[in-house]
Amino acid sequence: MNGIHDLGGMHGFGPINPEPNEPVFHAEWEKRAFGFFVTTAAATGFSVDEFRHAIENLPPAEYLETSYYEHWLHSFETLLARRGVVTKAELDARVAQLSQGGK
Amino acid sequence: MATTKPAPAESETAIRVRALESILVEKGLIDPKAIDALVDTFEHKVGPRNGAKVVAKAWVDPAYKQRLLTDATAAIKELGYSGMQGEDMLVVENTDTVHNVIVCTLCSCYPWPTLGLPPVWYKSAPYRARAVNDPRGVLKEFGTILPDDVEVRVWDTTAELRYLVLPQRPAGTEKLDEDALAALVTRDSMIGVTVL
Repeated sequence: MNGIHDLGGMHGFGPINPEPNEPVFHAEWEKRAFGFFVTTAAATGFSVDEFRHAIENLPPAEYLETSYYEHWLHSFETLLARRGVVTKAELDARVAQLSQGGK
Repeated sequence: MATTKPAPAESETAIRVRALESILVEKGLIDPKAIDALVDTFEHKVGPRNGAKVVAKAWVDPAYKQRLLTDATAAIKELGYSGMQGEDMLVVENTDTVHNVIVCTLCSCYPWPTLGLPPVWYKSAPYRARAVNDPRGVLKEFGTILPDDVEVRVWDTTAELRYLVLPQRPAGTEKLDEDALAALVTRDSMIGVTVL
C-alpha cells in the first residue's frame, strides 16, 4: 500500500538530531502503551500486520505530527473498536471521567 | 475549595492511555503486572549490550563469526538471544571496502533481542526518508565520514527479516579479551551510523 508511512527517499524532513543518552521511554504512558502491544494482541488476537496497517491508515498529516507511541495508541483504539472490545464511546467516557479527576 | 496544589498536568495522551488500560483491566483482558514485566525487560534486560556480546565473540572466534554470517538467527541464539522481533536475522559485515547501514523506511523494524527498542531518531521521518537516498549525508550527521572508495550498503529492514551490522574491530585492541571488546561496541555502530 502506498501511503505516508512509505517515507524512503522523501525530501525536506530536515536533520536527524539524535538525542544523546536517550532513555528507553520518555514518559510513563509510553511504557504502558508499549506493554499493551503484546498483552492486547494475546487477548484479542490481532496480528502485527493488522496492527501496522492501522498505523498506516492514519491521516497523513496526523501521521507526521504525532509520536511513535501515539501511533501505537491510535492502532490499539482502532483494533479494539473494530472488534467491539472497547468502543470509542466507552473510551471517550472514561477519558472524560479521568480528566475530571476521577480514579 | 481545594487546598492541595494541583498535580502537574497530565497530557491528553497520557490520560487516554490510562483510560484504555483501566477498561482493559476491568474487562479482564490484560494484567497490569504483565505490562510491568515487559517494560522492565526492555528497560533493564534487553538492549545493545546483547548485540555487543555477539560482535565481540565474532571478533575473537573465527568459527563463530562464520556461523554468524551464515545463519545469524542460530548463532545469536547460541548466546541466548532470540524471540520477538528477532525471529529471522541477517548479520552484515563491515570491511575495508564495504560499510553497512540499517533502516526501516516503512516504520520501525529493528532487532529487539540484540539491540533492544529503537531510539526515536531511528523511527523518525528524517532518518527513514534520507538513509536510502543520502546515506553519506546521514552518516556525516553522526560524525561518520567514509572514504569515497568504501561502498555504502543500506539495508531496509522488514517485518520478517532484521539486520545487525558487524562493525570492524578497532585497531590496537589485539590484547583485549572478549568482555573488554564488548564494552567498546556501541548501539550506533551496530546500526551502522558510526564506526568504532
